[in-house]
Amino acid sequence: MIASLFVDTLRFIPDHASLLLQKAAETAELAFTALGIALAIALPLGLWLGHRHRGLSLALGVSTIGRALPSVALIGVGIAILGVGFWNNTVALVVLAIPPLLTNSYFAVAGADRDAVEAARGMGLTERQILTRVELPLGLPLILAGIRIAAVFVIATATLAGIFGGGGLGDIMANQVTYGLEGVLAAALCVSALALLTAALLGTAQTAAFRRMAPRA
Amino acid sequence: MTQHHHLVDGGPVIPNFGHGSDCLRNNGWFCTEWVKEHWGDILQPALVQHIELTVIAVSIGFAVSFLLAVVGFRFRIFDLPLGAFTDFLYAIPSIALFQLLVPVTGLTVTTIEIALVSYTLFVFYRNIVAGLRGVPPDVLESARGMGLTRRQTFWRVELPLALPAILAGVRVATVSTISIATVAAFLLYYGLGGPIFDALQQPDIFRTELVAAGGLAILLALAADGLLTALQRVLTPWNRLDR
Repeated sequence: MIASLFVDTLRFIPDHASLLLQKAAETAELAFTALGIALAIALPLGLWLGHRHRGLSLALGVSTIGRALPSVALIGVGIAILGVGFWNNTVALVVLAIPPLLTNSYFAVAGADRDAVEAARGMGLTERQILTRVELPLGLPLILAGIRIAAVFVIATATLAGIFGGGGLGDIMANQVTYGLEGVLAAALCVSALALLTAALLGTAQTAAFRRMAPRA
Repeated sequence: MTQHHHLVDGGPVIPNFGHGSDCLRNNGWFCTEWVKEHWGDILQPALVQHIELTVIAVSIGFAVSFLLAVVGFRFRIFDLPLGAFTDFLYAIPSIALFQLLVPVTGLTVTTIEIALVSYTLFVFYRNIVAGLRGVPPDVLESARGMGLTRRQTFWRVELPLALPAILAGVRVATVSTISIATVAAFLLYYGLGGPIFDALQQPDIFRTELVAAGGLAILLALAADGLLTALQRVLTPWNRLDR
């Protein structure tokens, strides 16, 4: 039975290649839009708070609350306010992506070597220069790790949007009646591939960031 | 007085708190009378089921991960494949995993538990292995110098020193499981996801039910987090500042 499911899935993928690609593009659009907005909000806030060494409890609290938020209920509240469609899902995903981004960027900057920061201050660097030339390069690996966690989480959660007519690969997964179990599995494999590919790309960036810092450290 | 024509005989109208209150008719965000009326038959049973789902999933997940982590820790060649395996499980979207298990275990709570357990492995495995690896080499040297066997070193030195990391893993896994378990109701009306999906399936979305059940899930997660943080403080008093 399991063997036949795999055979059916292997057949489903080439037979519905254009559908899968189109749905994967929708999922990617939804996930990356949300990630982009979340980055624009969380990154500056986290960097600024981390630089000032303020709001530690905020950074920790946000990460706990972020993990506690049930994504289904959040998407539901989005629908109740904004109606069914792209934006309610985007808003829900933005809310879910902010915590790991904010927490990691906070600790990336706040955890920068105190001596290095003091030395930079002594050399007469402005606060902005300290942030961009000292703390940011030192914290880059941790910031990228946060982006990676958020990206994988957002891609996986974006599929829940399918239950509520948000489009994307979740549409296929939530419609076993139409696409069969082989469709569900095929769509799941596409989501995993998308998530792992994104993680691998960001992981490479993270390794590169580590390497770049190594001679100085 | 046209705008006040609901005032009969000039006196204040005592609102009817039965089935058709203003709040419910306007689909308000939180109608207390609905919550009070359905605490016993909807919300409380769902909450109890949700706690059961979580406790069972986290316990089994911990036991399985502990065995895997000990294998990955002792025999380094297994570490990479085991880590990749838990990564892979975590990357399967929850609505797909729940459905894919149905042909094997049916539309049952077991199906939900298997999916939830497989998601906890990712967090647990990493944290336990990292905790065990984080024991400083000189501490292990002194243990060996004191004549402790490999087994004694594990139970008396490595495991206690890994405890903060392990407990941090328990916190993250518990809170995430409470959140993911709400998706299980896509498959089967069980736990707090039940009323959440029920609310979402009504034409205009029943806001009170959505907010009440969703709020309970959040409160449960925060309560569990607080409880486990307290436990962490009690069990590892030497490590107050470690999160």
